[in-house]
Amino acid sequence: MSVYLLRRLIQAAGVVLAMSIIVFVGVFAIGDPVEILISPDADQFERERAIIALGLDLPLWQQYLIFLGKAVQGDLGRSFVFNEPALQLILQRMPATLELAFAATFGAILIGLPLGLYAGLKPNSVGSKAIMAGSILGFSLPTFWVGLMLIMVFAVQLGWLPSTGRGETVEILGTRWSFLTWNGLTHLAMPALNLALFKISLVIRLTRAGVRETMLMDYVKFARAKGLSPFRVTFVHVFKNILIPVVTVTGLEFGSTIAFSVVTESIFAWPGMGKLIIDSINVLDRPVIVAYLMIVVLMFITINLVVDLMYSVLDPRVRLDSK
Amino acid sequence: MADSLNPATAAAPTLEVRNLQTHFFTRGGVVRAVDDVSFTIGRGKVLGLVGESGSGKTVTGFSIMGLVDAPGRIVGGSILFQGNDLAKLSEEEMRHLRGNRIAMIFQDPMMTLNPVLRIDTQMIETVLAHEKVSEDEARARSRDALGMVGIPSPDERLKSYPHQFSGGMRQRVAIAIALLHRPDLIVADEPTTALDVTIQGQILAEVQKLCATTGTAMLWITHDLSVVAGLADDIAVMYAGRVVEHGDVGEVLDAPLHPYTHGLIGSVPSRNKRGEPLRQIPGMTPSLLNLPEGCSFRARCPRAQADCVVMPELKPWLPGRLARCHHPHLEEVVAA
Ligand SMILES: Nc1ncnc2c1ncn2[C@@H]1O[C@H](COP(=O)(O)OP(=O)(O)OP(=O)(O)O)[C@@H](O)[C@H]1O
Ligand code: SF4
Ligand SMILES: [Mg+2]
Repeated sequence: MSVYLLRRLIQAAGVVLAMSIIVFVGVFAIGDPVEILISPDADQFERERAIIALGLDLPLWQQYLIFLGKAVQGDLGRSFVFNEPALQLILQRMPATLELAFAATFGAILIGLPLGLYAGLKPNSVGSKAIMAGSILGFSLPTFWVGLMLIMVFAVQLGWLPSTGRGETVEILGTRWSFLTWNGLTHLAMPALNLALFKISLVIRLTRAGVRETMLMDYVKFARAKGLSPFRVTFVHVFKNILIPVVTVTGLEFGSTIAFSVVTESIFAWPGMGKLIIDSINVLDRPVIVAYLMIVVLMFITINLVVDLMYSVLDPRVRLDSK
Repeated sequence: MADSLNPATAAAPTLEVRNLQTHFFTRGGVVRAVDDVSFTIGRGKVLGLVGESGSGKTVTGFSIMGLVDAPGRIVGGSILFQGNDLAKLSEEEMRHLRGNRIAMIFQDPMMTLNPVLRIDTQMIETVLAHEKVSEDEARARSRDALGMVGIPSPDERLKSYPHQFSGGMRQRVAIAIALLHRPDLIVADEPTTALDVTIQGQILAEVQKLCATTGTAMLWITHDLSVVAGLADDIAVMYAGRVVEHGDVGEVLDAPLHPYTHGLIGSVPSRNKRGEPLRQIPGMTPSLLNLPEGCSFRARCPRAQADCVVMPELKPWLPGRLARCHHPHLEEVVAA
């Protein structure tokens, strides 16, 4: 177990290092921030001073090494725009994004699992066919379009839900959360649904496929041959097996949910990391872009590791101990 | 539950299957997997059900259990369990018989246990499904059942997952589960074919002992004639969804009436040799989708004559000896 963890951590460090080079070089290639940051009527002397102050006069590899040296100490540079540490800037906005992503993920499981279960158990019913047709829509409609439609219907036409911001928040452990107030929840509902739409479809399809496959297994028939109630057969024997792929995939999807929240946050003016990164890209605030990408990479790696560990808890056949 | 059954029929044989028909309504047509199967098993008796692959043995077993799934359906005949027609029971009544009065052991031990549930979970739930006892009591019963089928240190093994057991051990667990409620009938679908010969022998001996002591009747499905010879009281031979011969195991193996049975045992050199597969008979098993008219063995039968285009009935030719054939091997029986 600990050997396994150690190996995974070394692998992770390698991935982070490789990503840092790609991200740094990639961001360097997308244009000159000097043009945007320094007012056009600044004179030559002011320009040069600014360039030196930002470290932009050094060759790329030196800039990278400086960045790397500082990065290992937790310093991912200062935002050109806010003149604040980029890391702090992102971490401040992370709770909002995490809240949105968690709400979307749990919502997707809460809605997707029962629907998928129903569709798997009664594949020929009208309800199942409607669910499956709906899931195709969930897969194929673009997130931004659905977001705009949600605002049109529920905010503009019906006036039921607010369309922007986080609403009232409650502070716990130094961060603000929307889901603890009614007003905050109404603000969270639409963006979370918007972000969840794709995942709901995914969970429905995974669950349905899992149920249909598992129902044909000998061990399900054997469970019935033991005289167990249909309830126990479905919710213990079948359910525990389909939980494995559903948890694995939704877990792995969590990273892309955070990445995709960029779109949703922009539409619903949700003050999370996604909105920050869009604003930063617009003004080429390099340290923030680099820091954001690095944090997302770290998150993906952590999520993968957590999912692997969770998988081993759910599936006894892949227990990680070597016993 | 047992009390919903008619007690006046206690003297009836444990199982009587009459003209059972189970068909699968597939896109390609109707598969007549079981198409006229009849046999009887008395209390404490073992009936060996043999036949080549695809002859409908497993489907017969599932029909008795009431576990035929769509697109399959029992379309005819009756299954009398202690004199009561199982077709007349509701699904709920049938569920109370399953695993309780009638248990089944499946063909493939690697697939019968749920991979994500511990052995104790899978055993205790079986006890609790049919009896209101405490969890501790159910656990004790499960442990005893494991001990009975020869699993060492059953207390520890209860906490294992199926993948920590070998195939032989898993089949013992499945047998232990089948024995939990001391059923009146066990349908054992090739329970030992997947195991190696020594373990097969051990399990057979244990099962035989259990049947003798508890009065449990058994339907023992197998390919292995020598197992049938050593274990069964009676034998039923299936061909293309039908029983073609039924009788006392010694008499049938010594002097089979049906040409198919004759072919099967003709080449088994010694009946004591375990693991001997059934002899290959020249020709192909007919497709169940479009069986030829008349006797389905006709195309492969060395004794076939013109009248074989009419399907023969399963009827007694000698006392206690049934065969589905117009021209059975009677002369050899007389000679024997
Ligand atoms: N779900 C199903 N749909 C269609 N046909 C089926 C289905 N299940 C079984 N059959 C058909 O029923 C026939 C009998 O199958 P069965 O499993 O009873 O054979 P068997 O005698 O047990 O063979 P084996 O010795 O290989 O186990 C086969 O031809 C099979 O194709
Ligand atoms: S009925 Fe005719 S074809 Fe069929 S087994 Fe008997 S002799 Fe052969
Ligand atoms: Mg079979």
